[in-house]
Amino acid sequence: MLAVPRSEKRIAKKLSAKPSRGLWARIVKARWPYLFIAPFYISFLVFGLYSTLFSFYLSFVEWKGLGPMKFVGLKNFAMLFKDKVFIQSMENGFLLFFMYVPLMTFLALVLAVILNSKRVRGFKLFRTIIFMPYIMNIAAAGFSFRLLLDQKYGPVNVFLGNFFHISPIPWLEDIWWARVSLCLLIIWVWLGYNMVIMLAGLQTIPGELTEAAMIDGANPAQSFFYVTIPLMRPVILFSVVLSLMGSFALFNEVFILTVPAGGPMNATITPFVDIFNQAFGNNRFGYASAMAYAYFVILFVLTLIQVRYFGQRVD
Amino acid sequence: MFYYRVSRWAGNALIYALLIAICIFMLFPFLWMIITSLKYADEIFHIPMILIPAHPDLHAYTYIIKQYHIFNITWNTFMIAIIGTGLSLFFCSLGGYAFAKFKFPGQGPLFSFLLGTMVIPAAVTLVPVFLIMRDLKWIDTILPLVIPGAANAFGIFFMRQYISTISDDIMDAARMDGAGEFTIYWRIIVPIIAPGLTSLGLIFFMGGWNAILGPLIYLKTQSHFTLPLIIRSMTSTVGRSMFDNQMAASVISIIPLLIIFLIFQRRLMEGIAAGAVKG
Repeated sequence: MLAVPRSEKRIAKKLSAKPSRGLWARIVKARWPYLFIAPFYISFLVFGLYSTLFSFYLSFVEWKGLGPMKFVGLKNFAMLFKDKVFIQSMENGFLLFFMYVPLMTFLALVLAVILNSKRVRGFKLFRTIIFMPYIMNIAAAGFSFRLLLDQKYGPVNVFLGNFFHISPIPWLEDIWWARVSLCLLIIWVWLGYNMVIMLAGLQTIPGELTEAAMIDGANPAQSFFYVTIPLMRPVILFSVVLSLMGSFALFNEVFILTVPAGGPMNATITPFVDIFNQAFGNNRFGYASAMAYAYFVILFVLTLIQVRYFGQRVD
Repeated sequence: MFYYRVSRWAGNALIYALLIAICIFMLFPFLWMIITSLKYADEIFHIPMILIPAHPDLHAYTYIIKQYHIFNITWNTFMIAIIGTGLSLFFCSLGGYAFAKFKFPGQGPLFSFLLGTMVIPAAVTLVPVFLIMRDLKWIDTILPLVIPGAANAFGIFFMRQYISTISDDIMDAARMDGAGEFTIYWRIIVPIIAPGLTSLGLIFFMGGWNAILGPLIYLKTQSHFTLPLIIRSMTSTVGRSMFDNQMAASVISIIPLLIIFLIFQRRLMEGIAAGAVKG
């Protein structure tokens, strides 16, 4: 090999150094976009990153929010496994999901298909009415539901009693009926939202496909199950995944509708409600943080599973 | 042919029956809220049930205006919702614009990171953020309700998607004319993305107006309460006797949003669909 002359070495050095100087130049040149995105990252540093780390630290201490913190190691997490309410809240997340999501998703899809088919008059009116509950605050809606479902005076039981001779249903007093009532409220609020997502999805499906199926002799039910549903799979999956996350993060609906919040006998308590109660009801900041982390891990695993599924479907 | 026509007629009848049943389910809680707000307590809890009150009047409304200063409460709610929406729209469109229309070192990783932050559930940061607010002496002010969410990942993502669809030509032309980068954003981009800002703004405004968790944690004095909080406070101890007042407050709380919704519903639905399908 020939020895490389010094001057050429210097040039080579210069060339290899160029990218880093170029990077700095590019960063200076791009100061505007950095400035524009800075608010998010600064805000995240304080309210996101710092909080997430501090919450992790808190999960190893016992602390009422004032005075010295007491380091307790893994005691909070050990307690978690024996905490019947917390375990119940996790079970409720799944239970509620299976109770309302299949019905709500199916209804949302059917309604979207009906409204998209131009077969009915008053498309806009129906869409508006079905979507309307979504804009209403849960405090108003929840208390209205409480009145409607009142065991003794509520119009629902009066109606069922008068027309079907059904004895008064303990809508909010019984463990299972309370769950049913909660699901009714959730469906009332979220059906229109999911329908709008489905409608947007349907608009991406060319109409010729279902028409072709009809011409080939498929009836509406067949074209729904064999053409629409397979094509809508990514959108349906998206809506189901949102609902799964939503079931664990339920707060407003439970907090307003059930008495006491999450009751009766913790039948409707969700992880979020339980964490809120421990943190702001009992001031157990350390324990609430440990709960939040356990909840985070479970949600994270669910997210990973979901991402895997999504990846496969989108291809 | 006859069979086809009958089955089609039956199918239509079934479809309308389903739609009407669902509409009744959707509308009845609103209706019952209004009816209850016009009743007196002894009519609310009466056997047999009173469907239409004999002497409907606005006693509950005058009561909550006087005793609960419901118009001040409505004003509080409005201020929290509008300030939060304004700040969020500004910071999110600015960030979305940067990610959509600029090339800069670290752009990809920074954006992935931004999306990644959405995985952190609110439950994890709930306690530390409360402690920060306590140390800042921001408890019982609107600041904890509008500052932490001002520049949020969802909004930036939403605006990035929206701004990517507009053409670069106008911006390049403005740059040739020597316009500053912020001027380009404020004078050129903002007017173009007005529909997207409306969609996102409606989502934010609705969130602020209807929020329960934040106000519950941070607002302590009754005169600082929002509508959902005041509605909730009307049952805590007195029990059932307050339902007429509570439903009157509920009616007042939904009227402004209902009007906004009926005017802008197309934009709101577009926003929800865009946030969902593209995400």
